[in-house]
Parts: sequence; structure tokens; C-alpha cells
Amino acid sequence: MSTSTVDVHPDPHGPGDEHGHDGHGHDDSHHQHHFTTMEQQFDTSKIGMWLFLATEVLLFGGLFVGFGLMQARFPGEFKEAHEHLQRPLGALNTVVLLISSWTMVMGVLSARTNQRKKLVIFLLLTILCACIFLGVKYFEYSHKYEEGLLPGHYYKHVGDKIHDASGHPSPGYATFFSFYFMMTGLHGIHILVGIILLAWIAVRGNRGEFNSSYYTPVDLVGLYWHLVDLIWIYLFPLYYLIT
Amino acid sequence: MAQALTHSDPHLGDRPRPAKNYLNATTGVWSWMSTVDHKRIGVMYLVAVTSAFFVGGMFALLVRLTLLTPSHKLFGKVLIDADTYNRVFTLHGAIMVFLFIIPSVPGSLANFVLPLMLGAKDVAFPRLNLASFYLWCGGATLAVASMIFGAVDTGWTFYTPYSTTTQNAVGLMTMAVFTLGFSSIFTGLNFIATTHKLRAPGMGWFDMPLFVWGTYATAIIQVLATPVLGITMVLLALERTFNIGIFDPKIGGDPVLFQHFFWFYSHPAVYIMIVPGMAIISEIIPTFSRKTIFGYKAIAYSSVALALLGFLVWGHHMFVAGQSELATVVFSALTFLVAIPSGVKLFNWLATMYKGNISLETPMLYGISFILLFAIGGLTGIFLGALSTDVHLTDTYFVVAHFHYVMMGGTVIAFIGGVHYWWPKITGRMYNEKWGRIACALVFIGFNMTFLTQFFLGSKGMPRRYYNYLDQYQPLHAFSTFGSWVLGMGLFITAAYLLASLRKPMDAPDNPWGGTTMEWLTSSPPIEHNFEEQPVLEHEPYDYRPKVKKHA
Repeated sequence: MSTSTVDVHPDPHGPGDEHGHDGHGHDDSHHQHHFTTMEQQFDTSKIGMWLFLATEVLLFGGLFVGFGLMQARFPGEFKEAHEHLQRPLGALNTVVLLISSWTMVMGVLSARTNQRKKLVIFLLLTILCACIFLGVKYFEYSHKYEEGLLPGHYYKHVGDKIHDASGHPSPGYATFFSFYFMMTGLHGIHILVGIILLAWIAVRGNRGEFNSSYYTPVDLVGLYWHLVDLIWIYLFPLYYLIT
Repeated sequence: MAQALTHSDPHLGDRPRPAKNYLNATTGVWSWMSTVDHKRIGVMYLVAVTSAFFVGGMFALLVRLTLLTPSHKLFGKVLIDADTYNRVFTLHGAIMVFLFIIPSVPGSLANFVLPLMLGAKDVAFPRLNLASFYLWCGGATLAVASMIFGAVDTGWTFYTPYSTTTQNAVGLMTMAVFTLGFSSIFTGLNFIATTHKLRAPGMGWFDMPLFVWGTYATAIIQVLATPVLGITMVLLALERTFNIGIFDPKIGGDPVLFQHFFWFYSHPAVYIMIVPGMAIISEIIPTFSRKTIFGYKAIAYSSVALALLGFLVWGHHMFVAGQSELATVVFSALTFLVAIPSGVKLFNWLATMYKGNISLETPMLYGISFILLFAIGGLTGIFLGALSTDVHLTDTYFVVAHFHYVMMGGTVIAFIGGVHYWWPKITGRMYNEKWGRIACALVFIGFNMTFLTQFFLGSKGMPRRYYNYLDQYQPLHAFSTFGSWVLGMGLFITAAYLLASLRKPMDAPDNPWGGTTMEWLTSSPPIEHNFEEQPVLEHEPYDYRPKVKKHA
């Protein structure tokens, strides 16, 4: 998935490959030959990124639909299973990601206004938030692991209330955790990719490669990061706040 | 061969061929493998997808040969057993759909032609374009791996619950499809951005060639539908490894849900396949009729309408799969709507030809073949969209014949026509016109022998995918098999004379057919950066009115 993000970012190829050494004159070095103006190149990159985000929404969309259908099939099981999730930790992660969205916005703003130091600081803060998120997720996952709250046929939890006709615990519990791990797992992979991308633009930002006339990668990684946050904003109530 | 140009442009025809073109600007294998030139990537895609077409075609011939007699014997020996047969038709379907038809026109022809038509130097994201090609290669490798490790016998649709329980290499094949999906997404994403931002100065949306409109509509579907296939394949793979309980009815899952997910992509995917074919025909018909296209806007909008309607009709694959009656009726009604934009296109092509100055060169022969075959394929689609007839015809050879008329008679015929149309531009060489016409006739006759027969087989009740059949079906099966040999012969001849043309020196003029779109403004083959100077739109597309010379 990162391929796209990396690729839509215009990198110099062809003439003017020297970049990042002199600290000025980036307009030409980042300008690809098939675009007439830098503005056209920037707009095109943005279209590409938005389209990529649309594919991401649809990728998760399939899972959301599947979750909805299974919840309709096992409403009681899903309600009971969700009580095993630690709501305060979920809420904490939501706050952490919201903060990271703010630091990301400030990062883009710093790049646009030629504030190199602030750009790097805000990007590092964003990475920090992402790491906190994953850390919390680690504690949540290990708690599930210990309780046997695992996907599919690995589900080993005992003491569930609802049973099927033959007296076995309803399969709905395992299904809930299948979806929990698939969706939060896919989201977690996106966070990981985000950390790599953020680190990459932080390094480049530190070298002084971005300024008010060229900050496309910062802008695009920002868009990506907001989408990853947004997906969590939907995941949190979906899993932690079932009523 | 080249007609006198009614549309006379002072640049055309009498310019010396530049010494350096995109083919010889740089040399060596690495210069191709690392290229970001859309033309070279298009050529690599062309080689790749036609190789896949060859492999898939061989499997098709094997299927037909097996069905020649009900005993499946050839010279006293059973050709292939039932299990192998299941694998062979699955591989035929999966290779043709995912490795050939879906990437065929977008990957090869559109990649080559679309930037030229827009007067651009390249697609918007050249490296993403190359990544798309390598993803295709990765997907193809996985598909080959699945053949080696036990193959797949689920049919190309991978229906659950069989696909979640069988021991075959379904996992590898789903990974292949997932990878190929991302290849397709990246191609589509690239074309949308290119069309939006890289049009030549003066070219508005309604000045674009209709091939661009078709490719744009296709790209929308590629970007919006394919991710759902991706997640469906992931869910299928997880169901096989973890029993996540989404598709397996034993643990509360719903196998019909898989069909919903699958067709939510795969029905739009049918339009990923056919709309680029229509787009090619929209170029060929006016060029060889020497007439402005009739109903430009109607054709442009109908491409987009097909793209959007494609998302609303997936349920017509599931009329007998346990859908609610209401859903079935709604999907049936929506399916009929598809006939409108399809009909709009057909009638506009016919109106374009009416009183045109038609010249029957090979691309035009394929164009006319397309109109005839697509008409049959489209109209039989209405039979299948109608509930009562569909219940009778579901899972019979009637369905097989219908989608081969649309996919092969439609897309593949248009693809071959497009390859002929742009062959001089891509290679700088003319092919042998006489052999081109002979091969086209063989393909047309062979195709109809093979698949028209199958409408009869299907309406008489021959179920699809069956290895065994009753003796009464044998004459029709045999006729269909003979047809497949004629068809194969036609395609073989096509490959032979096209490849043979590469051995002679470059002889193609810049604009052999008198086309009016921008790809004909540059040299054949084009120079590395497409145009000597940025072309500017000076007239509408398909403007065949004789130009009044100002210096009279």
C-alpha cells in the first residue's frame, strides 16, 4: 500500500537529479518533464492521492459491510463479546490519534511556511502518537490473547452465555473477534506504514528539502494520515460502544 | 493502403522518419525493465497479456477437445479425467479474466495511446505505471505457482463453501487475484489523473477522443470496484486458514455473502472488460467511415453511464442463489437499464457508418465484427436479465455463450482490431493486409461456429462446467469444437503475420488511416517524448470535413 504513496510523490528523475544539498532552487529539481508547471504537478499528485484514499475506503468498506451483516445475525453475541474490550484504552487511543491529526496539520503548515525545525518537531510528535497508539494496541491484544479471545477456530474463551441448538457456545463470539482482529489489524498495518512514511518525510524535511513551493510529499502523507485516523474514528464506536 | 486524407494536415505524411524513436532511444534489457515511458510499458503489457491469452487459449482448446465426444476419448484413450478437466476450465477462466481481458486494453493499448491522444508526454505517474506492470508479473507468477502446487478447480468465481474447504491451491490463486487487482487499480488511478490534468492546451472534456472517455469510465470502475475484490480475496484466504466464520455456514457464516462480495466487483469488472472494447470501436468506426462520429456526447455519457450502472446490477448473477424476491426483481429491472447505454452506442456507430465513405481494412472488419457479435451478446444478456428465462437458463451453456459473445466477440475482437489499428503507430510497420482480412474472416466464422452453437446447447439444457454429457448433445458439442479450431487457426495466422511484419524495415506512414486524433500527429513509431512540440487542439475530434485552404 505504501507503494502508491511513494510513487505518487514526485521525485526527481531525468534532468536535475541533484537535490537537497543547496537548500534552494527546488522548483526545478522536483519538476518532472511531463508536467508543464509545478502547480499542475502538485494538483495531479493530489488527485492521485485522493483516488488512492478512495480505494482504501472501499477496502475497509467490505469489512464494515461484513461486520454489519454478522452483527445483525448475532446481536446478542456481539453485545456480550464487546464487553471484553477495554473501553478506556480505546478512548485513550482515539484521543491520541486526534492529537496526531492536529500535529500532522501543523506539520504541513510548517512545511508550507518554510519552518523547517517546526516541521521536523511536529512530524516527530505525530510519530510519537502513532507509537503510543500501537503500544496501547499491544496491551489490548495481549489481554485478548491471554483470555483466549481469538479469531476463528483459535477462539478459546469459556463462559459465554449464548449457546446454539446443540449446546455449544454460539459461533458469533469467534466471529466478533475475527472481525475485531481483521479490522484493527488492517488498521494497525496502516499505522505502521504511516510511521515509515512519516519518518521518511521527517528525514527529508530535516535535510531542508521542503519549502513553500515544494511540499507535496508532506501534504500527501498528511492526507494519508488523516484517513488512517478517520478510519479509527469509525472503528472505535463500532467495536467499543455497542449498545 | 493509405487513403487520401480528406482531413488534410500539412504535417502529415511527408516528414522524414526521425532516427531516434522510443524503441531505439536507449538500448539493453535493463533500459526496458526500468523504463518509465508509457509506450514501452504499453508494449511490455502487450507482450505479457497476449502471452496470457495464448496460455488461456490453449486451455480453451483443450476444454473443447475434451468435449468432442461424450466418452472424452481421442484415438481410444481418455484425453483428460474429470478432475483435470475441472482444473483446466478453471485455469482457462481465471487466466483469461484476470491475466488477460481485464489488463488487456487498459494495460497495453490505452497505456500506449491515451497520453498520445491527450497530447501529453507521459501518464501522470510514470513510476506507478511501471509498478502496475510488475504487480501484473507478480500476480502471473503466483497464478503459475498455484498451477504447480495443485491447481484450482473451483471455477474462476471461487464460490464458497467449496473454495473454503477444498485442498487445492486456492490460497495462492486468491493471492494472485489480489495482486492483479492492485495492478489494475494503479493503472486506473493513473489514467484518471492523466485525463484530468494532462490534456493538451485547448482540449476540453468534450474535445477528447472517445477512446479516452471509455478508458476514463473504465478507470473509475477499476479504482472503485477492485478494492472490494481485494478484501473479498483476503476474507476467503482468512476463512481457509482461520475459519473466521464469515462465509462458512457451519460456524454461522453466509456463503451467499461471498457471492455478493464477489459480484459487487466482478459485475463492474465486466464493464472494465467491455467499455475499453467499445472505446476502441468508437475510434475505428469514424476513421474508416471518413465521417464525424454521430452522437459524440451520447457515446461519451453512455460510457460513464455503463460504469455507474455496473455497480447496481451485481445481483443478476444470483437470481437462483437465494436472494429475496424483491431484490431479484429490482436487480432484474436495473439490468434492463444497461441495455440503454449499450444500445445508444450501437445505434450511434451505425449512424456514423450511414452514408459514410467506408473502407474495409482489417481494423474496420474487426469493428464491424464487433458490432454484429456484441449485438448478439448484448441481446442475449436481456434474456438472462429476465427472471423467468434466467431461471431456466442459469448455469447452462446459454450463459457461457452469452458471456463469450460479450467478452470474446466484444472485447477480444475490439482488442485485436485495436492492435491492428495502432500497430503501425506502435511498431512503425504495416502488416500484411491480405492476411489480415483472411484471418479476420476465420476468426469471425470460427467464433460463431464455436459459440452460436452453445446457445442451442444451453437452451436444450446442457449445464455449464460439466465433464459428462448425454449423447444427444454430441453433434452440437462436436460442431463447437470444430469451430474452436477455425478460431484458433485465425488467431494463429494473426500472430504470424503481425510478428512477420516486425522483420521488415519500418514502412508505416505517420497517419496510415487518416485518423484525426493526436496520436497520428507524431511519427510512427513516436519519439521518446511523444511530440516534437506540444500539440494544440485545433479542431474537434473526428472532424473529417474537408479543410478550406486559406492560401487559396
